[in-house]
Amino acid sequence: MAYILNTSSDVREMLGSLGLTSLEQLFESIPSELRLKRSLSVPDAMSEMALTTHVSSLAARNQGVDRLPCFLGAGAYDHFIPAAVDLLASRSEFYTAYTPYQAEASQGTLQAIFEYQTLITQLTGMDVSNASLYDGGSAAAEAMLMAHALREGRDEILVAGSVHPEYRATLATYAANLPLKIRVVEPVAGRVTADQMAASLTDQTAAILVQQPNFFGQLEDLKALTAAAQARGALAIVSVDPISLGLLQRPGDLGADIVIAEGQSLGNILTYGGPYLGILACREAYLRKLPGRVVGQTTDRRGNRCWVLTLQTREQHIRREKATSNICTNQGLMALRASMYLALLGPQGLRDVAELSTRKAHYAAEQLAQIPGVSVAFPGPFFKEFTIRVEANARKVLDQVLAHGFHGGIAIGEWYPELADTILIAVTEKRTKEEIDGLVAAYRSALQSHSVHE
Amino acid sequence: MYKLDPTALLFETSRPGRRTDVLSPSDVPDRPLDSLIPSEFLATKPLPLPELGELDVVRHYTTLSTSNMSIDANFYPLGSCTMKYNPKRNERLAALPGLAHIHPYQQEPTIQGLLQLLYEVQEFLGEIAGLPAVSLQPAAGAQGELTALLVAAAYFRHKGEHRSKVLIPDSAHGTNPASAHLAGFETVTIKSNSEGLVDLEDFRAKLDDQTAVFMITNPNTVGIFDPQIGTISALLKERGALLYLDGANMNAILGIVRPGDMGVDLMHYNPHKTFSGPHGGGGPGAGPIAVRDFLAPFLPSPTITRLADGTHYALDHNRPLSIGRVRAFFGNVGVLVRAYCYIRSQGPDGLKAVSEHAVLNANYLKSLVDKVFTVPHGNNCMHEFVASARGMARDRGIRAMDIAKRLIDFNMHAPTVYFPLIVPEALMIEPTETESRQTLERFAEVLLQIAQEDPEMLHDAPHTTPISRPDEVAAARSPILKWNGAVPATSATSVKPGADHGSIHAQTLTVSR
Repeated sequence: MAYILNTSSDVREMLGSLGLTSLEQLFESIPSELRLKRSLSVPDAMSEMALTTHVSSLAARNQGVDRLPCFLGAGAYDHFIPAAVDLLASRSEFYTAYTPYQAEASQGTLQAIFEYQTLITQLTGMDVSNASLYDGGSAAAEAMLMAHALREGRDEILVAGSVHPEYRATLATYAANLPLKIRVVEPVAGRVTADQMAASLTDQTAAILVQQPNFFGQLEDLKALTAAAQARGALAIVSVDPISLGLLQRPGDLGADIVIAEGQSLGNILTYGGPYLGILACREAYLRKLPGRVVGQTTDRRGNRCWVLTLQTREQHIRREKATSNICTNQGLMALRASMYLALLGPQGLRDVAELSTRKAHYAAEQLAQIPGVSVAFPGPFFKEFTIRVEANARKVLDQVLAHGFHGGIAIGEWYPELADTILIAVTEKRTKEEIDGLVAAYRSALQSHSVHE
Repeated sequence: MYKLDPTALLFETSRPGRRTDVLSPSDVPDRPLDSLIPSEFLATKPLPLPELGELDVVRHYTTLSTSNMSIDANFYPLGSCTMKYNPKRNERLAALPGLAHIHPYQQEPTIQGLLQLLYEVQEFLGEIAGLPAVSLQPAAGAQGELTALLVAAAYFRHKGEHRSKVLIPDSAHGTNPASAHLAGFETVTIKSNSEGLVDLEDFRAKLDDQTAVFMITNPNTVGIFDPQIGTISALLKERGALLYLDGANMNAILGIVRPGDMGVDLMHYNPHKTFSGPHGGGGPGAGPIAVRDFLAPFLPSPTITRLADGTHYALDHNRPLSIGRVRAFFGNVGVLVRAYCYIRSQGPDGLKAVSEHAVLNANYLKSLVDKVFTVPHGNNCMHEFVASARGMARDRGIRAMDIAKRLIDFNMHAPTVYFPLIVPEALMIEPTETESRQTLERFAEVLLQIAQEDPEMLHDAPHTTPISRPDEVAAARSPILKWNGAVPATSATSVKPGADHGSIHAQTLTVSR
């Protein structure tokens, strides 16, 4: 049987030494009326050869971003991943280890996390980072809980409507049974202004959550938004695209109190939504409420520098029913990949990724806007992602664009009914001019077909 | 080039101007950058990230990897974590481009193979649990707990019942009360009896009309199956409360007994434990949940449905009673693909054999060590057992931590220590089904040897690792959580012989001072 080393004679002897004659006898403590009296109804075992054929055939039925050029974004992006990331992260000394409880046997993982924490502070301009969380959406929820704990007595979070709709949905789920209200500040022309935010803030607001670039790709006036929050004693939580920080001002330099991010684009594969990487960094003053694991530097008994899991007293296994977070592990392998990515790219490489993405996105927007029946939806500046309006059924347009061989964009009407004719398009450094021109031709052709206007 | 100091940080290896080229130059018309993005949004200084060449990075991480213990190199009997072998075929298949390079918002016609795979995972998990409705969304076991409790809360709210309490045994994983608190419940602790089982008297006394859920781990955290579960489930039903199973210990009961058949209403899985997903140095995991039909409407959205034609699959977003989302995007698909490969490799007989051999290995190992280490609740253990070093601590001053640290000198990872809280000086040992009898015998031999060793020497263990015991108190008292720019005297300035920092795996097996 697969993956079992003991032979039948081993099993016989082991049972014999226990005074047993069958494996069945090991389960006598389970009342027989509860026992399953049949085999599980799952398909019969497959050999490695058969499984490889079978799973390969399932994989072949998907048309991923390796087969069709990808202009999809909305929080998950098709950026280039250097080979060294894949190969180093596939060292099984990393991926078959667990949480580094025993520091002496886990210095590799611990040092890598300490470096990750440092890299995240360098990237965001914040003071401290945790060892990572599940994904951007749940990181937003953890930041909300953290802010709620830091601003005791305040029971409301103000969220810009230009924050990723699935992040907002996650906040709502986490807050559903807590004494915590979430109020949405609706965007105007694709952005939320500081005046709007200031008008919505009250003395009950524990924190605001804004996103930069926002869900529509637009750049918000971050400095004014964080200042508006702080003027009322609320914390400013900012969700960022880490790639954008190669080019844009860092949230830490613009007044953010807590920064969260989806770290997928830092060297992690798309794999249909996960596992991804939740980044959370904050000001030093909020350290004691920082959720998740943290690695700290110390010395061993011989005076060597080394690393350990630290500040465990905040953790659920000590605080138990008083905990403000139930996070138990980090997203170690994804954080490791993000560190490797940043180490390989460096400051200039990350700037190049950001700048190339910007240039190509602007070229794509300009070309698409020339198609009759297509206009850029919002007037503000954007980074690598933008929205277009089509004078047609957006979903049908995307079906046609797909038929031309492109993952051509995301219809956002499901989240914003008033924007049913709007498509979100992301362009990374991987897209060539030829692919962009092909996308434009596909849209042009789609808009000329009658079916998209029905 | 060689690496002067194996523990040098990336930042200390950095040299201005050094870089790795991976990108192609721009092929779109050149424009001044500030004509694209107004300059007030642009950073004015370069990021303070390290500047490294590819070989710097490769050597750095290759070196780091060698100071880790891992399943691929070491016996890793970390109780409650099910550190079983992670089959290589799963890694190769999960990395297939047709599964790895799928964007979460691709249109459904482009992901039919993946949706079929994930639909089948839903079906398999439902069958193994005996609970038909499954959500694959939660990202980890702890998030699965929270999600299930939110489902329970939504169910009671929908019925118009206000229930404020979740009952939790004192032997439970610490995440249970934390999740209950986050889901808005007050937690009530249920005592364990002298056998390590739920104290039924205490349970009856605390169960009331305010009870929403009882969270049980079965087999429990001392590694024994609580046969009272039928009674517990019946008592809960009388009160209209739900029974939740923490699925951390599913490795003991695959195909043997199904949670649904024990009266469980909802549970979470840890596919990274039970279904061999690698633990990744602390994640990623996944935390799918399985529930009874009457709870299905409240599951997170979306789930996957098979269309009437029987061959096409779609996401079901039309779930008006759903609790919503607990994260962005579908779920930890990479982990679920590995679980799929594992379940298909095992089949029904293989899954049952997994549990049979996991329980055999645990009982066999227990029998080899219980003459020296007491196992307070161990008459009939399942896939793991909890030994106590209490006697050794009292008589010779040898504590569970000393034993854990000393094991590392023998190239074996430590068991889980000081958990569960109901066993003093606990060593929680889970060998898993994938270990050989020879490895178990060697481990037992080492444990028995350690019990005879000089306590003073044990207090200083481990002796062969890159570092000795770290000062955890100092780490917590004045936290240093990022590189502060200073190169410490003990590390980078003194070059040590390679053996001091050599691979942890290359150390000799027996060490004495």
